[in-house]
Amino acid sequence: MGQIIFAVLLAAGLGFFAWNVRKVRSNILLGRDVDRSDNKKERWKTMLLVAFGQQKMFARPIPALLHLAIYAAFVITQIELIEIFVDGLSGEHRIFRASLGGFYTFMISFIEILSVAALIATFIFLIRRNLLTIPRFRMSEMNGWPKMDGNMILFMEIILVACIFTMNGTDEVLYSMGASHAENLGDGSMNFTISSLIAEPLFGGMSESSLHTLERIGWWGHIIMVFAFLNYLPYSKHFHIVLAFPNTYYSNLEKKGRFTNMESVTNEVKLMMDPTADPFAAPPEGAPEPQRFGAKDVTDLTWKNLLDSYTCTECGRCTSSCPANLTGKMLSPRKIMMDTRDRLVEVGENKRKHGADYDDGKTLLGDYITEEELWACTSCNACVQECPVNIDPLSIIVDLRRYLVMEESKVPTELTGMLTNIENNGAPWQFSPSDRLNWANEE
Amino acid sequence: MSLVVPTMAEMMAKGEAPEYLFWVGCSGSFDDRAKKITKALVKILNETKVSFAVLGTEESCTGDPAKRAGNEFTFQMQAMMNIQVLDGYEVKKIVTACPHCFNTLKNEYPELGGNYDVIHHTQLIQELINQGKLTLKGGDTFKGKKITFHDPCYLGRANDVYEAPRALIEKLDAELVEMKRCKTNGLCCGAGGAQMFKEAEKGNKEINIERTEEALETSPNIIATGCPFCNTMMTDGVKNFEKEDSVQVLDVAELIANAADL
Ligand code: SF4
Ligand code: SF4
Repeated sequence: MGQIIFAVLLAAGLGFFAWNVRKVRSNILLGRDVDRSDNKKERWKTMLLVAFGQQKMFARPIPALLHLAIYAAFVITQIELIEIFVDGLSGEHRIFRASLGGFYTFMISFIEILSVAALIATFIFLIRRNLLTIPRFRMSEMNGWPKMDGNMILFMEIILVACIFTMNGTDEVLYSMGASHAENLGDGSMNFTISSLIAEPLFGGMSESSLHTLERIGWWGHIIMVFAFLNYLPYSKHFHIVLAFPNTYYSNLEKKGRFTNMESVTNEVKLMMDPTADPFAAPPEGAPEPQRFGAKDVTDLTWKNLLDSYTCTECGRCTSSCPANLTGKMLSPRKIMMDTRDRLVEVGENKRKHGADYDDGKTLLGDYITEEELWACTSCNACVQECPVNIDPLSIIVDLRRYLVMEESKVPTELTGMLTNIENNGAPWQFSPSDRLNWANEE
Repeated sequence: MSLVVPTMAEMMAKGEAPEYLFWVGCSGSFDDRAKKITKALVKILNETKVSFAVLGTEESCTGDPAKRAGNEFTFQMQAMMNIQVLDGYEVKKIVTACPHCFNTLKNEYPELGGNYDVIHHTQLIQELINQGKLTLKGGDTFKGKKITFHDPCYLGRANDVYEAPRALIEKLDAELVEMKRCKTNGLCCGAGGAQMFKEAEKGNKEINIERTEEALETSPNIIATGCPFCNTMMTDGVKNFEKEDSVQVLDVAELIANAADL
């Protein structure tokens, strides 16, 4: 019976996750193309350092260490899951213990120690998020769901660790009574570092049947939390634990100061500068439809921008280093990423419900991100530098500006003057080009 | 000492080609404060007999502020015109004192067909000193002074140049003090992304005031930068705190020219 329930749970858990992942993938692919297939070696290296090695997290050591505890516990616990799957499907109990011997004891003990570290980190994170006034967790874009999302995962972590210790603790007492379902090796204790300490004080003196019930509650609770967590991921900022890897692999490897070149503009400018070109010539047969300049909605952004938005952990490191945000402007690079994701989810849902051409009359620019936010950016790249998972909020800001300026001619007045000056006299100010060398003869 | 500033046109007429094109930039050409930086650099180039020339009246805006503002048309028009001029003179190496020109020429011109070896003036000066071509004889000009360096975004984060300006300051007989936010974490002066040419959006503080505060926390005698825009912003910031009598804002080129008695 248990095996059947387990198999159904497993299939449902994995199936639903796969279905959600496909949805996310198709949403991301709504973006424009950008080539990130070059330089594989450098890309693997970046991924190893930034995602796996969490290199950029260590710019802020305290949260980095706490985060590392949870991350390490998470990664290592996956090993234990292998046994849970095998036990669950075969009806065995601790199937690897007898054959792996001392190594098994070591692994489970290691997991237990990491779990305690993760539990401590979790409590500190809850305090940081809810009791301390750390500005980056208190900004308006964090109100409502994002705040709950952040806390929810921490509660799930607490339940998960509680399940692990209930499972191991009760099993330890049962084992010492000779009543565990695990193969009895005649050693009287399973010798796991933490549970052998807490077993007696917590569970000693209970009846054999309650111990067995508690043990099962721990075991099933553990695996149910794992499936719940897995399927919660695609709806949450916690998807970063998966997407951080592809996202860092596809990082922008160019110098940060280099803005993308707009090919379509290059073609037009070349035509304008070429006296022999016919400005009225029809585009060649089969030429792709001209794209709009810049971005008005998420589908005008690149798939990397969209992958960025799903990867964003909402940590706010970007915003807390943004000069505009620090001085009270409306701009928050984190909000740019959150808006992009929210809008993308909305566009994706619309397309699935109402067909690919459905237009809900809303756009990223205007309904989510305002002009005032965009014009506050100094393009300083602090947000890009800070992001622990190599997200680039600046490139979205620039593409939205491009749309405003080139498609709608919505430019702040002073900038119109600057642009006219460049076009007329080759400098952003009103100076005559013939005076350009005057400095050489002035005292 | 009067400056020797040959133009590319003059050089070409003599059948010569300089090693470097000195790209002066709009600030360096027209802004009164920035012109002093330009001259300081020329003094160093003259002293070390670097073969260079400027475009003079043939130079035009790189298009950087247009590109940052989102006007790719204006940017590319400027870029292509400049590339025609540069290629006409067969320019290979460019040195500039403006990180914005530096970034644009180095990173954004290649895709439009302009390929040059572009360096920032702090990098060139460092090379000249390392080669022994420039000695800082007036070594005690800065004795006992505290200097803090403000990283220009387009030199630092945008192009990963953090060490050259610092190495130069360390050559002076002065103390280099770092701000809380420096190098990769350096805070913008507020001028980038075409902000130089507009009022800031609504907020509760100007960015240059915030940055100047951070600089003043190190109680410096001199705030050094390597960008004419940063220079303007920090100078305004220092004036705002009425500290212009005790704190100078200087470009690294000016520091070195001074220390070399030029
Ligand atoms: S690049 Fe723009 S959004 Fe990013 S930190 Fe700088 S000012 Fe803020
Ligand atoms: S963009 Fe990066 S730094 Fe900013 S909130 Fe998201 S994950 Fe954090």
